[in-house]
Amino acid sequence: MTTRAALLVLADGRFPAGGHAHSGGAEPAVAAGRIRDAQDLADYCLGRLHTTGLTSAALAAAAAHGLDPLALDEAADARTPSPALRAVARKLGRQLMRAARATWPSAELAALAAARPRGAHQPVVLGLTARAAGLGPEDAAHCVAYETVSGPATAVVRLLSLDPFEATAVLARLTPALDRVAAQAAAAAREGIGALPAASAPLLDITAEAHAAWPVRLFAS
Amino acid sequence: MSVQATARITAAPDGCGSTALPVLESDGPLALRRTRSAAAGRARVTVVGAMSAPLGGDRLAVEVRAEAGARLTVDSAAATVALPGAAQDAGPASYDIRIEAGPGAEVRWLPEQLVCAHRSALTMTTRAELAPTARLVLREEQVLGRHGEPTGTLTTRLTVHRAGRPLLDQQLAYGPGASGGWDGPAVLGGHRAVGQLLVVDPAYEEEPVPPTSLGPTAVLTPLTGPGVLVTALAPDARLLRGLLDEALERLSPR
Repeated sequence: MTTRAALLVLADGRFPAGGHAHSGGAEPAVAAGRIRDAQDLADYCLGRLHTTGLTSAALAAAAAHGLDPLALDEAADARTPSPALRAVARKLGRQLMRAARATWPSAELAALAAARPRGAHQPVVLGLTARAAGLGPEDAAHCVAYETVSGPATAVVRLLSLDPFEATAVLARLTPALDRVAAQAAAAAREGIGALPAASAPLLDITAEAHAAWPVRLFAS
Repeated sequence: MSVQATARITAAPDGCGSTALPVLESDGPLALRRTRSAAAGRARVTVVGAMSAPLGGDRLAVEVRAEAGARLTVDSAAATVALPGAAQDAGPASYDIRIEAGPGAEVRWLPEQLVCAHRSALTMTTRAELAPTARLVLREEQVLGRHGEPTGTLTTRLTVHRAGRPLLDQQLAYGPGASGGWDGPAVLGGHRAVGQLLVVDPAYEEEPVPPTSLGPTAVLTPLTGPGVLVTALAPDARLLRGLLDEALERLSPR
């Protein structure tokens, strides 16, 4: 099995899927004064991980497990009330799909790309990508859970000129929580689509719409 | 001693242009009263909290069914206060709301706030199944702690299916029993009152509502499908109600 190396390739921030342009809601949180230092960043990441992170990780795990990706895409819509965040999820899904099909071509990826030409929700695409790469549901969940916190951490380094060592230390301290969320997501995926979590974060939904309307911003979301 | 109770309401057209209530069953602490409706053709039921509930370990449910063409408003006489049970090991209380709306039916579910008292634990589930032509107005407000006290633990899930397909699925978890970060800058940012207002109306298919920011702590978002969700945060229950009333006014039929 070569899966451990495949997981590194997929989880690498340099994997060309466009995630670097997104702050995961951190840009409006910094602007509102809700993230001012490393401690705030840690609280922000923990809250995001346990809400949208868990929900997305479970969708990815379910796709990696082989559940119907179109039903999962619909489940993702129902779990994403913000049109701005739905648009971001589909745009990132489309970008990931391009990279994934070049990297680990599979009939399932091709079928989803044909059914959702404007992009499926990113976690669903990631789950199918993991599946094509020979990875399992928990790997897919780990990948998504990690993205949920690494995106804001990287963004806050730029937005607040936070010490990158401090931001990385925040991520390192979150690793036990990341493992727990990935395990929880994979366990839910094994139970079927009806058991998937729908954890949500009011502030992320509220600020996403306002941020999408900012005339000038550093990050797309 | 914990309580198990299910109250039931069925609304159906009475054949004379109004709505009858062929089933109106109170149970335990959930007392239902038919009250005077402000709108013609609509029945109104008020949930009267006959005793303090839910306490730890209680299992309460309300089942609401609006048959084809029925118009029903359900509200409550007072806020629901989740309290800790007398027994330490009673476990969390549960409160399940089931709403079913048939073709052309309209359900307005507009209860008063849910207040989570210190040391309480409650799991609340609201599930609505709507026919494609049904309309729904649903408000939920969670107040974390009574005045000046820390909150109990609250988990809520709101799941709405329309024509058998998922329209909205949201889960919120707050308090000492919730996963970390619930009070932080991604989730509540220290706010103590959280509200959702959901309006589902087939008319939105013709006339979609654009996403609208309702200030720094509230937003109106169109769902995938003919529904609109308002999500709002406020420092207290009164300010939260103000935000949701304003949104409801904005969404009321022209």
